[in-house]
Amino acid sequence: MSVVGIGFTTPLLLLGLLALPVIWWLLRAVPPAPRKQVFPAVTLLLGLEDKTVQADRTPWWLLLLRLLAVAAIIIGFAGPVLNPDTAPGRSGRLLIFVDDYWPAGSDWSQRMQVIETRLERAQVAARPVTLVLASSVGRTDVDQDTVWQTADAWQSALPGQSPVAWDVPYAVTKDWAQAQGSADVLWISDGVARAGRTDLIAYFEQMGVLEVLEPPSARIGILPAILDGGDLVLSVLSTGPAPATELTVEALGPDPEGIERVLLSAPVSFDIGANRVELRLTVPSELRNRIDRLQIADHRAAGAITLADDSLRRRRVALMNTVGEREGLELLSPLHYLREALVTTAETVELPALSELIKAGPDVIILPDVANFSDSDRAALTEWVTEGGLLLRFAGPQLASSDLGQGEEDTLLPVRLRAGGRVVGGAMSWGDPRALAPFTEESPFYGLPVPDDVQIEAQILAQPGPDLAERTIATLSDGTPIVTRRALGAGQVVLFHVSANAEWSSLPFSGLFVQMLERLAVSSQGSTRDGVTLEGTTWVATHILDGFGQLSPQDAVAGVPGPKLADPAGPDHAPGLYADEDRVQAVNVLRADSVLERAEWPARLAPSWQVEETQQEFGPWVLALALALGALDVLLTLWLAGRLLPTARRVAAGVVTGLFLLASSQSVDAQSDTPPSVLDAASIVTLAHVKSGDPAVDQVAQAGLLGLSDQLFLRTSVEPARPVGVDVEVDDLSVYPLLYWPLTDMTPIPSPDATLRLKRYLAAGGLILFDTRDAGAGGNSPASRRLRAVALPLNLPLLDQVPHDHVLTRSFYLLQEFPGRNRGPVWAEAPPPNAERAEGMPFRNLNDGVTPVIVGGNDWASAWAIREDGRPMFPVGRGQAGERQREMAVRFGINLVMHVLTGNYKSDQVHVPALLERLGE
Amino acid sequence: MNSDGAPIQLRSRAEALAARLPPLLVAAQHLAQSVELGEHGRRQSGQGEAFWQFRRAQPGDPSHRIDWRRSARSDRHYVQEKEWQAAHSVQIWVDPSASLAFTSNPKLPEKRAQAQIIALALASLLLSGGERVGLLGSALTPGRGQLTLSRMADQMLRTDAPLRDVFAVPRARQVVFSDFLGPLDSTRDFLHAAQGRGQRGVLFQVLDPMEEVFPFHGRVLFQDVGGVLRHDTREAGDLRDRYLDRLAQRKAELSEIAKRAGWRFHSYHTQDPASAALLWLWNAIGGPR
Repeated sequence: MSVVGIGFTTPLLLLGLLALPVIWWLLRAVPPAPRKQVFPAVTLLLGLEDKTVQADRTPWWLLLLRLLAVAAIIIGFAGPVLNPDTAPGRSGRLLIFVDDYWPAGSDWSQRMQVIETRLERAQVAARPVTLVLASSVGRTDVDQDTVWQTADAWQSALPGQSPVAWDVPYAVTKDWAQAQGSADVLWISDGVARAGRTDLIAYFEQMGVLEVLEPPSARIGILPAILDGGDLVLSVLSTGPAPATELTVEALGPDPEGIERVLLSAPVSFDIGANRVELRLTVPSELRNRIDRLQIADHRAAGAITLADDSLRRRRVALMNTVGEREGLELLSPLHYLREALVTTAETVELPALSELIKAGPDVIILPDVANFSDSDRAALTEWVTEGGLLLRFAGPQLASSDLGQGEEDTLLPVRLRAGGRVVGGAMSWGDPRALAPFTEESPFYGLPVPDDVQIEAQILAQPGPDLAERTIATLSDGTPIVTRRALGAGQVVLFHVSANAEWSSLPFSGLFVQMLERLAVSSQGSTRDGVTLEGTTWVATHILDGFGQLSPQDAVAGVPGPKLADPAGPDHAPGLYADEDRVQAVNVLRADSVLERAEWPARLAPSWQVEETQQEFGPWVLALALALGALDVLLTLWLAGRLLPTARRVAAGVVTGLFLLASSQSVDAQSDTPPSVLDAASIVTLAHVKSGDPAVDQVAQAGLLGLSDQLFLRTSVEPARPVGVDVEVDDLSVYPLLYWPLTDMTPIPSPDATLRLKRYLAAGGLILFDTRDAGAGGNSPASRRLRAVALPLNLPLLDQVPHDHVLTRSFYLLQEFPGRNRGPVWAEAPPPNAERAEGMPFRNLNDGVTPVIVGGNDWASAWAIREDGRPMFPVGRGQAGERQREMAVRFGINLVMHVLTGNYKSDQVHVPALLERLGE
Repeated sequence: MNSDGAPIQLRSRAEALAARLPPLLVAAQHLAQSVELGEHGRRQSGQGEAFWQFRRAQPGDPSHRIDWRRSARSDRHYVQEKEWQAAHSVQIWVDPSASLAFTSNPKLPEKRAQAQIIALALASLLLSGGERVGLLGSALTPGRGQLTLSRMADQMLRTDAPLRDVFAVPRARQVVFSDFLGPLDSTRDFLHAAQGRGQRGVLFQVLDPMEEVFPFHGRVLFQDVGGVLRHDTREAGDLRDRYLDRLAQRKAELSEIAKRAGWRFHSYHTQDPASAALLWLWNAIGGPR
């Protein structure tokens, strides 16, 4: 029921308004009660008659006041609601379809709030609900069965949801949509144009009423950077309208000490109406080579970050120029083709002396047909390769004529060589020039097409040996090695058994030569990448981006075939960094040709966005009005009866006294509100929580610890002071026995300095209770990721789920589980593997070692939290069982504090039999 | 229960009353001191302390009464006569009826309390002037000395004797404290009898200001202190003039009957200073011409 924007939750009560006329009549019929007055001279009054009877009826305005009060009471209890929720289709099944592609990452928590609000409404209406993530539809590795559940079941599953890091067309098919049956659809759109949307709208509208929610803010993306000359060129896209504030593009990478920091940042702003802005950054090459990624500051989305790979880096290649400044014979110089091959993709240095080459700090040293070194050069070069350098050598007449590596294995040659060369296609030979054999799978060149016109006329032969096959990475069609390779320390030595110029083969002419150099990581790949150059390679993800733009290291994941990387990122190859031997390739969310456009909706589906609930109940205000009217009625009645003045004086006195008391109590409060100093905390047990960066969470944590402190005061001999919030960056932690650390996705990661302090705190016997507040929803909630980031540098011991015989289960109360507002697993330091069950005791001998951390997601603070008046701040569970759960949560808190304060005192009970035995003797 | 509880009850009541005694006495004496004592002699020779005159000794005068110092200055014998200081008896009565246990304002004393204070102050004043003071209607006959004052105070708090001429001492002065709001018959009878005995005195009316002003309006249910008499009115303000008329009539009637018996009448309101009332009483009683 709704009248001019006001609805009623129980409109039937409004029938009570019909009784108003009756009340009017009754009030008029009954005269005001007489006032009794003791009066000794009543004898003189006896027999006096009243002349007028005007005051026997209540004045009309007083009647009106009373009727208003009664009407206000009736209306107040009828539950008036401002802007009542008149969403269409209030019953039946509800399908919530969530765009969880990367554009949703930047305001994911807002989306979850909106969904939670809608789930609450659906819970009230008892609608079956299912939640479908757009990215999961049509995937073979995700269960496709839709689960219809009650809304609260989905509510508990919400914190575990997170966006994916890619953006692909909608995969919803007509069959899938029809399989869902009829349901209303709530579509939480990310606002980015995507193929398949029109079909999807049609499917959903067939299923039921479709409502679209979409935040109005623009989605921002960044395209991969391109090297143009020495400059980095990158584009920032927006779905427009352009954000009002200026964006900042940051380039991150390790500084010389290896600590990641912002290497440079540049402001970028959109022109009015523009959806794309181009940025050109002039960066010194040393700095540029260190850039790991470029991102838009403070914009948490996978598309607002672009990873840098080899295409942005330039290897420094040192060429040993043995020819010198000799004129002429340019085309015969072995360096000519190398120069040509490397000029666009690497920095080259040409120097005649090997010692100077090494000083130039190159990644690769190329020796074209150099046979002999001085001993000092040989030692320096060996050391350089061992430390990770790549030495690339080419054969040639000099190498062939020397006896290098023939008698015994040379450290700077991959294989032993046979004396002299081999000429297979010359004028003086019988054979034809040989072609290259296709590359084997083990070869780094695998997948490169072998052109027919590459002909080898002369080569240096390798001495057959047991190692030869594994060191050969390319052969001629007759099976003789043409490229060999050997690892040396951290680096490697590669030998082309042909010369670097065209004298011995046509290889240097061919495109294959360039590709081979690239495969050997001598040169970086070009900015264009296609399936051909990646053919045959297998890439392993080393770092993966998540939907929030967080880059996290990966290990032990299956490789991805090279050509796949050329496709847009998707479920089978998430955005991130992929490595193949020395080469690193980035798969970015947005590719150079990606576009970012705003989603177009039909006019009938104009998307709305309401984060906060507009429905407002104002019943309490109406009831308060009724109370005020009642109080006014009392005053007026008193005034009518002539009793107002003396009463008023007393009331005034009472009010003044009350105000005074209030003021004095406030001043007392003001005193107790001052934060206790470290000195106080050191003298009285004080619980502390670490500020999470979210004021609301901190407030709950404070209230929670206050509630726990109260319960400790009531139930135990621990009498804590008022809890405090601490900042790990500045506050002295050593005086707090217990730190409660609620984690949000905004929790700042402690600086190295603070990490050191935390380590010291834990080493000195402190305990940190980490609370991800997500019911232990697995490792992928934002809070869990943040927990990993916070805890990683703390060198925590091995954790395990709290075993049933842990001392936490009996340090004060006997507990089986440790619920908070959620029920999830709780982790603590793992027991030593050799713990054995004590004689006659139901628990193992786990003496010594208070666990330094306890990790869980049970949102304990919310279960403990009390308001200032002592009532619980949040409901826990349902009814009696919920109260039981709250009680268990409080008991867990008490056990925890007892565990912190008494250590393993309770574990000493394992010795009780032994003590008794000794006493008995 | 009564047999067991009565003495205890009586005693506790007595103690509660006695607890009020000293403050009552102090207040009364304090009030009495505020009145300046004037000439007190009887202006004739008789029993007394103060010298009045010498007269020639007559036959029959005992020899020890001869004032030798005066006689030595002449040849005759002189006897010293003292001024007659034989005390008058004053009997006081304070109305014990319930209607005096009333005050309209917690800051004002009850009518009875005020009457008792004024009565005791008068007694104290009279006693220090050498008069004999007693309570009318009780066995406490007029006596002298501070002990009498204590006894009077004690007796005054517990007596509920009506206004009768029992124990009335002939030729004594009498002071009657009441609000005179009840029927006037007993007062009239008492005055009549007193006139017959040659007793003179004062009718002292004690009223609360509310009884003089009648500040009521609206619907009021009036009742007396005991809750026996009630009067219900719908518009009290309407009664005001007629009530004030009746009150004035009552005062006039009292004044009239007092005058007829040779008594004096005074009306006093509890918010007025008690010392003025005491001065008036002192002049009416203590200044016999």
